[in-house]
Amino acid sequence: MTRPVPVLLAALAIAVPLSLLAGRVWVDPWSGPNAALILGELRLPRAVLALVVGAGLGGAGAAMQGYLRNPLADPGLFGIAPGAALGAVAALWFGHAVSAWLLPLCALIGAGGAMALLALIAGRSGGIALFTLAGLMVASLAGALTALAISLAPNAFAMETIVMWLNGALTDRGWPEVWLAAPLVLAGVGLLRAAGPALDALTLGEAVARSLGMNPRRLLWLLVLGTGLTVGAVTAVAGIIGFVGLIVPHLVRPLTDQRPSQLIVPSALAGALLVLAADSLVRVLPLMTELRLGIALSLLGAPFFLGLLLKMRRGAL
Amino acid sequence: MTLAARDLSVANRLTDVFLDLHSGEITAICGPNGAGKSTLLQVLAGLIEPVGGTVCLNEQPLAGIAPRERARAIGYLPQTPEIAWDVPVRRLVELGRMPHGDARSGPVEAALAALDLTHLAGRRTQSLSGGETARVLLARVLAAEPRWILADEPLAALDLAHQLALLHHLRAAADAGAGVVLVLHDLALAMNHADRVVVLDGGRVAADGRCEDALDHRVIERVWNVGARWVGDPGQRALIVT
Repeated sequence: MTRPVPVLLAALAIAVPLSLLAGRVWVDPWSGPNAALILGELRLPRAVLALVVGAGLGGAGAAMQGYLRNPLADPGLFGIAPGAALGAVAALWFGHAVSAWLLPLCALIGAGGAMALLALIAGRSGGIALFTLAGLMVASLAGALTALAISLAPNAFAMETIVMWLNGALTDRGWPEVWLAAPLVLAGVGLLRAAGPALDALTLGEAVARSLGMNPRRLLWLLVLGTGLTVGAVTAVAGIIGFVGLIVPHLVRPLTDQRPSQLIVPSALAGALLVLAADSLVRVLPLMTELRLGIALSLLGAPFFLGLLLKMRRGAL
Repeated sequence: MTLAARDLSVANRLTDVFLDLHSGEITAICGPNGAGKSTLLQVLAGLIEPVGGTVCLNEQPLAGIAPRERARAIGYLPQTPEIAWDVPVRRLVELGRMPHGDARSGPVEAALAALDLTHLAGRRTQSLSGGETARVLLARVLAAEPRWILADEPLAALDLAHQLALLHHLRAAADAGAGVVLVLHDLALAMNHADRVVVLDGGRVAADGRCEDALDHRVIERVWNVGARWVGDPGQRALIVT
């Protein structure tokens, strides 16, 4: 265990019960059977899903920043989240979202398609530059097709549903989403963790990493699969949630020895904590309708990103 | 043990290179800018696949050796240092143990001590000077205890005392049986400290042999286009450029 892990686990142990109580209506868990129902069937799955979503995005962000050796890298840049979003939008467009499983399944198919494209273009060489360009191309293509789907939406209701879904939220999610996403995110974080030693070697540049025995193709496959499973599963159940993968590794990095391998698990835990806290916050904000989680995190993330850029301009990053 | 290049060609960079490098020797690769020195080192390290020809490690083609096994045998230090994250010195040197799958403290401590870095082991790499960083990166190579050390300009960022200390350590490694191949721009360092010099010019081997022969003033005149003469005794020669 690295140093931040026990601290983050302790913070989660405090945050989870608090988030169960928090909401537009604060629930007293001992007030009767209704309270138990609200906690067990509404708030607990939502809290667990927030943990899963945050863990996936935080872990993927740490791995991506390690792979690209760039503290401004975000897993959303590489086409998997836009691919998943395209799959989900297609399900909404064709009206297939009536089943709780169909929309996330379509999103997972979209994420799988994006992963396959990435692997097809960049998998043979294993080169980082090619992978980045392939990711940007996939992201751009999926984004364009999603925009096309919105502009050609069959009716105003479908368009509104698509736009709302794209903004990302944990509203009205339950145990089915947890059971769908949790194993995939866990497997994905496991694969990313397995890439840790190779990511450490990349600290010294691609040539040195290869001279140390790093297999670039194996690393690329671990990252495509790991990021695909985590970000794909997260997007499938929660929509697009940005900035978590960018912000969290930054917050955690100073607490570690900065080796990418030592950042993945703490980033997953810190991501879980951040999304749980943000989701609790959007629930208690006194607004007419609940603020979408994706919007709230973007509102938090944009100034953070600006701060990073300013820090980078001063040469302090 | 040998590291051999057989009829190597890399597009626009190397042409028809034949070399037989021997363990227990320090070989210096010299040549003007763009001669193909760094490319040759990377091909010998198995990092660039040649368009033609092969590199053989103990008569076995390098391309057929598993990456980890190759990494245990050949340590490579690039010309341009790159450290993406501000990791502590000891952790960075431990990366050298990656091909062995361990972080054994013995070789790591020995490498730190050899390069006078023990007192800096806990420091973050971004707080180091250029020379200290260069020593840390070389310590990472030594920590792997490779049978071949391939280093591209390892002395460029070092002060005089640390240059001599490093050359002393590389000599000790060669005496212990390692093959040492250094790209050097300083011809006097090559003349005084190498056992053998390979001179590259335009991607071809222009001279290869004992230092006195390969760095003869006629070779220097032909390859570098400058008049030069050596003065001093063997082992303490200085180059006078005329």
